[in-house]
Amino acid sequence: MHKSPKLVCKNVWKLYGDKPKEFLQSHNYNPDKRIIEENGYIQAIRNATLEVYENEILVIMGLSGSGKSTLVRCMSRLVDPTVGEIFFENIDMGKLTKNELIEIRRHKMGMVFQHFALFPHRTVIENIAFPLEVQGINRTEREKSAMEIIDLVGLQGRENYFPKELSGGQQQRVGIGRSLAVKPELWFLDEPFSALDPLIRKEMQNEFLKIQNSLKKTIIFITHDFDEAIKLADRIIIMNEGRIVQIGSPEDLIMKPADDYVKEFTEDLPRERLLSVKSIMNNQKQPSNSLTVYEDEKIFSILEKVLSEGSVSVIDRSNNIVGSLNRETVSRFINN
Amino acid sequence: MRKTKISNKIIFISLTFLTLLLYWYGKEIANYFDSKWLVKYPKHYSFPFAIYTTTFVKWLINEANFLLFTFNDLTRFFAWIIEQPYKIVLAIFSKGILRGQGQDAIQIIEPLSWISVVGIFFTLALYTKDKFLIILVVLSIVYLAVFDQWQSSMITLSSIIIAVPIGVILGILFGILSYKSKILEKIITPILDLMQTVPVFAYLVPILVMFGFGPVSALIATIIYAMPPMVRTTLLALNNIDPQLKESGLMSGCTERQLMWKVLIPVSKPTLLIGVNQVIMLSLNMVIIASMIGAGGLGYDVLASLRRLDIGGGIESGIAIVVIAIALDRLSQSFANLPTLSKKTQLTFYNKYKKIIFLLSYIISIYILGYFFTFFKFFPKELMINTSLFWEELVKYININYFDNLESFKITLLTFFMLPIKKFFLGIPWPWFIFVLTIIGWYFGKFKLALLCLVMSIFIVTTGLWEKAMITLYLCGSSVIIASIIGIPLGVWAGLNDRANKILTAFIDTLQTLPSFVYLIPVVMLFRVGDFTAMIAVILYALAPAVRYTAHGVRNINSQIIEAALISGCSQRQLLFKIKLPLALPEILLGINQTIMLALSMLVITALVGTRDLGQEVYIGLTKADIGRGLVAGLCVAFISIIADRIIKAGSNKLKNKYGIK
Repeated sequence: MHKSPKLVCKNVWKLYGDKPKEFLQSHNYNPDKRIIEENGYIQAIRNATLEVYENEILVIMGLSGSGKSTLVRCMSRLVDPTVGEIFFENIDMGKLTKNELIEIRRHKMGMVFQHFALFPHRTVIENIAFPLEVQGINRTEREKSAMEIIDLVGLQGRENYFPKELSGGQQQRVGIGRSLAVKPELWFLDEPFSALDPLIRKEMQNEFLKIQNSLKKTIIFITHDFDEAIKLADRIIIMNEGRIVQIGSPEDLIMKPADDYVKEFTEDLPRERLLSVKSIMNNQKQPSNSLTVYEDEKIFSILEKVLSEGSVSVIDRSNNIVGSLNRETVSRFINN
Repeated sequence: MRKTKISNKIIFISLTFLTLLLYWYGKEIANYFDSKWLVKYPKHYSFPFAIYTTTFVKWLINEANFLLFTFNDLTRFFAWIIEQPYKIVLAIFSKGILRGQGQDAIQIIEPLSWISVVGIFFTLALYTKDKFLIILVVLSIVYLAVFDQWQSSMITLSSIIIAVPIGVILGILFGILSYKSKILEKIITPILDLMQTVPVFAYLVPILVMFGFGPVSALIATIIYAMPPMVRTTLLALNNIDPQLKESGLMSGCTERQLMWKVLIPVSKPTLLIGVNQVIMLSLNMVIIASMIGAGGLGYDVLASLRRLDIGGGIESGIAIVVIAIALDRLSQSFANLPTLSKKTQLTFYNKYKKIIFLLSYIISIYILGYFFTFFKFFPKELMINTSLFWEELVKYININYFDNLESFKITLLTFFMLPIKKFFLGIPWPWFIFVLTIIGWYFGKFKLALLCLVMSIFIVTTGLWEKAMITLYLCGSSVIIASIIGIPLGVWAGLNDRANKILTAFIDTLQTLPSFVYLIPVVMLFRVGDFTAMIAVILYALAPAVRYTAHGVRNINSQIIEAALISGCSQRQLLFKIKLPLALPEILLGINQTIMLALSMLVITALVGTRDLGQEVYIGLTKADIGRGLVAGLCVAFISIIADRIIKAGSNKLKNKYGIK
């Protein structure tokens, strides 16, 4: 599978304090965390390098203060990185003029905010049409586009409500709608569901996946909730104290945590529901058993089969045998 | 930790002790060492700030030149810009359109009749959908006609109609500028501090000299006085906007201008409207004062009757100002609280502007009717009610029957309360006073505050106005003490009891709507001139914040803390004294701070009733048109209030930090 990077961050740093650039320069662009703090700086992002691929959901995960929000704001240049380069479709974001940046935001980027950030003085439709309005698109045309979006996010009949009259979930639908109004290619979601009740959150997550299935955007999604990350992500970036600790698929994180910090996150998860057969199978291809399981099935769904049968063959979706799985491996995995 | 606390206590006790000692024996000690300068700052060491200021302003007016135009041209230009809209508004409400000059002028078009003005205010009030308010506003305007205050009222109203929008627009612009640039904010903030603390009287003279005697000068003074809170409100509103909202505007692709006018300003609208309300109230507060430099209208009537000792006339015009103030205050407040949230339906042009169309046709028909029936033009003279005689009789009656009671009350307070305080402030040698002040500054705000206290108090000494400053302190101090003794318990009561809160809030809101000058009128009538009269007027004017902040502090304690106290078995009394009052203390301090600020601003006005403080100095500056004298004394007042403000705020913040409340 060929993956082309949509957005690339190279050695991005963000320090807060007096003349941070000079400080980094004088410390060879790699000061110790201790030295940074002793000099009165705050390290928001430390040497972040990453790629975001076309049409993937990349989740950035970390506790509050880990720098995930700052990193995303550097990508959209709401915040200027102290040093480092960010390329969006091979354009160096750091070199854009004010107007070029505005143009990119008007056509290629959208962002959803944790606390919705709806304009309280505008109705639902005016909020959603706002990005079009600032581009100078006339009223009938922008309201027509906005109505399509209102259908997409399921707010039919509420277009003339003010944000205050909506529930939290509905408000975030408006936020999502507004960010989609310009048909962006890069879609930032900054903890979009954190402020919602658990049940609504689940509903919104599903809806979000549904929208993504039809729109296929390149998504950067921030959350501090590991369950949410696992549920939505193609890949996950784990951040701690401004540093990127690990980048990988959910399974990578569970099976091969980069350090204790990541391990702690993954420890209490229902692993049998998250991991697929592939991640624990033996690669030896044993002679064909009567029973087979697919390599991308989740472990919990084949548990009974393996435990009662003793051993099964693992096949891929084209029915080639790719490995095997026996009772011992499975029970070790469960008791682990 | 413990140790520093104890040593702090020792320092505090010894400082108090030494201060008292110096107060009793200061003069003797000074005499003993043969150094009288300790008690009285020598005259020949004082620095002639006043003369330099006068020279500078004169130079500005007579000689300053910016290549293409002179300073004088500049001021003329500003005056001209303000004068044009003022002329139009004045024509609409008061003068009509005239042809010709002076006596021979013929009115071509009549001004709006009283019925039309009632209609305008009725329509405005309609937008609030508040029945009580509609009745209040209409009655207020009718009152002005019935009680024969129409002509003057409309002149006053015209100047408000001009001053308020200019003040609001300038305020928002300066607010935006200082929001956009940190450097500008650093420049503008201290200027605002000075604008709000330098007494108005002090800058009346420079304005008078620059713009000449007349309504335009009065408008400019009003704008300068009323604008600062608008700048602050704008800045505050912009700074308090959720950063995510700003980011979402940016991510939607706003340019900087779109971000400001489509997102930030509309989002801050509710807060900005509160600022507008303040500008209106402050403009009204200036009505009487501005008439000293040429505003006509009600303010002039009050001033003129006070000068003629026409008690009744003064009260009549004063009440008319109050009526306008209350109507405009309530009206603008309900516009600020107007619920913007309601389902929008597409409105046709007619539906949207229905009220305005009705109003216009109403005004036109009234105008036409005016040709046939004078009733529609002028309120009939026979129906007017004159109350000035009534007021005169009332005051006479009180003075004849209660003179002894009032007098003994006055003398008791004077001898046992005010004079000791006066002696205290005048008795302490100035070097010691400055020393203690600096230490207090150090204790609350470290180096920065200590330096501020030191520099500002040394400035006051070197102007040679120390003694007058001490009298200001004594008057302010005694008023604030009494205001606190009355206000804090009232505030606690309001904080504990909902009914009390409602009644007191209504009462205090009304007190705060009254222009400061109005307080002088009844007090002078009952107590004549002097320090005591001044103090009573100041107390009345400055009482409100003490009550309001205390009530707010007592009311806004986290309910879980109260529950925890109740579960621990507190009685209501214990709850009040052990939990509520200590936690409300930072807020109460802020209330006292506001009381001090109001007291100082009122003190300058009470110079009219013969105090011998800095206010008098400012007032002399005004009457003698001595620019420097007034400004320097005004600066001294400003410095006193800035010092008090910074120390108390630092104290309040220290307490808040200690308790971890915000």
